[in-house]
Amino acid sequence: MIKLTNVAHGYGDRELLTGVEMSIAPGAFHFLTGPSGAGKTTLLKLCYGELVPSSGRVELFGEDRRKIGRDGLADIRRRIGVIHQDCRFLDHLSVAENIALPFLVAGRPVPKNDLGELLTWVGLESHADALPPTLSGGERQRAALARAVIMSPDVVLADEPTGNIDWEMSMRLLALLIELNKMGTAVMIATHDLNLIRVAKPQVSARVLRISERRLQAAGADL
Amino acid sequence: MARKQRSAFDDPARVVPSSGFTAVLTSVTAAAMAFLAVFALALSMASGQLADRWSQTLAQTATLRLSAPPGQIAEQTATALEVLRTTPGIASTRVLEADEQRALLEPWFGPDLPVEALTLPRLIEIIEAPDGFDAVGLRMRLSAEAPGAVLDDHNRWRRPLVQAAGVLRGLAVLSIVLIMAAMAAMIALAASFSLAANAQVIRVLRLVGAQDRFIARAFVRRFTLRGFAGAAAGTALGMAAVALMPTVQQAGGFLTGLGFQGVGWLVPLVIPLLAAAVAWAATLASAQRVLKRDS
Repeated sequence: MIKLTNVAHGYGDRELLTGVEMSIAPGAFHFLTGPSGAGKTTLLKLCYGELVPSSGRVELFGEDRRKIGRDGLADIRRRIGVIHQDCRFLDHLSVAENIALPFLVAGRPVPKNDLGELLTWVGLESHADALPPTLSGGERQRAALARAVIMSPDVVLADEPTGNIDWEMSMRLLALLIELNKMGTAVMIATHDLNLIRVAKPQVSARVLRISERRLQAAGADL
Repeated sequence: MARKQRSAFDDPARVVPSSGFTAVLTSVTAAAMAFLAVFALALSMASGQLADRWSQTLAQTATLRLSAPPGQIAEQTATALEVLRTTPGIASTRVLEADEQRALLEPWFGPDLPVEALTLPRLIEIIEAPDGFDAVGLRMRLSAEAPGAVLDDHNRWRRPLVQAAGVLRGLAVLSIVLIMAAMAAMIALAASFSLAANAQVIRVLRLVGAQDRFIARAFVRRFTLRGFAGAAAGTALGMAAVALMPTVQQAGGFLTGLGFQGVGWLVPLVIPLLAAAVAWAATLASAQRVLKRDS
């Protein structure tokens, strides 16, 4: 679905990633780790087409990113759910409206039953009409997860989803992502929290990738 | 937190938040421009009516002025009338009475003018037939048979008046075009400001798969409605102001024609629609430019 071949990317004169080879297959589960500033967010942005690589090739569902127009990229975004650490909600809309946003922007009728089930799944059924600023960190992350999966995407990419929440809430979010993966959705979680990876590994067949010295490589046996 | 306003489920354009400053700027600009456009339109229509009226009124009449010693004036008048009666293209003639001449001079000399005591030329009003008459031929005949007669076919008055009215109408139309252009520029600026202020919203919308046309449509719709509503209010105020202009009885000259007549009152109703079209085009152009630049 997503394939990176000999990808390099940088900002200005500073090269952040080089020689990256990676692919995300249907149903796969990846952890992406590395120190802060190593390029985890940049790699995720390459994976959902936000960035075009400085060199190399990024294929999104078989299409070369460089040849995908703006409308085509919008279509691809509906197949990739993205969760950011800061969630990125529209604060003037309710939680339910934010979660349904992918349907609203696609001009498709919102399946109210599915939306209700999703709110229940992430434990936010009583917060449907609340505005995002009134939610706690964990509730915001779960709402972001709901928004990312409402259109049944092929892939969910999560950028430090547990960065702003406590351990208990992190476990709850991880459980939801693992459950999602078991339903067939590929998942990639970028995190610097190695404990999260250690807890997840017994529950799911996950591949752990680490960015080290601008290169992407398989993590050591300790993970 | 309970929310009572329309939701994005009913109106997807609500995904773009209302921006107070740009909303007010757009509405006030549209209202002010529409207010001015009503007056420009009234001026244009009045100029047109005035040009038509002057053209038609003066084109169908001429005046013969007879100057002769008192003992010869009656004979000269009879001769001139005979010449006019036998001239093709003249429908009728009429010698102006002393009272009518007094009325013509009243604005300059007051109502107590003793017309009888003054040596005034005799005036003969000539009403033309639809095909008109040969003014050059008539002048030649009059110079031979009634040497004191001077024919004034109003051409020297009519032409500059009609030209002036035409220029005035052109200037009024140009004013409307400039008003609409200024409104387009202001709304384009307001839209660009709103797009810049909502950069984060646009990023989120793109993140969840919004195409540029969806984002542009949300902004365009909002600014078009604001432009329409503001222009409707400005037009209503402008029409009310025009309706309060002095009437024919209260004012003379050109001002009596500044306004709308009959179905002419429907014409200003086009202004809000025109403003909405201008707002639509200006916002669409701004949105497409900004979205392309920031992609």
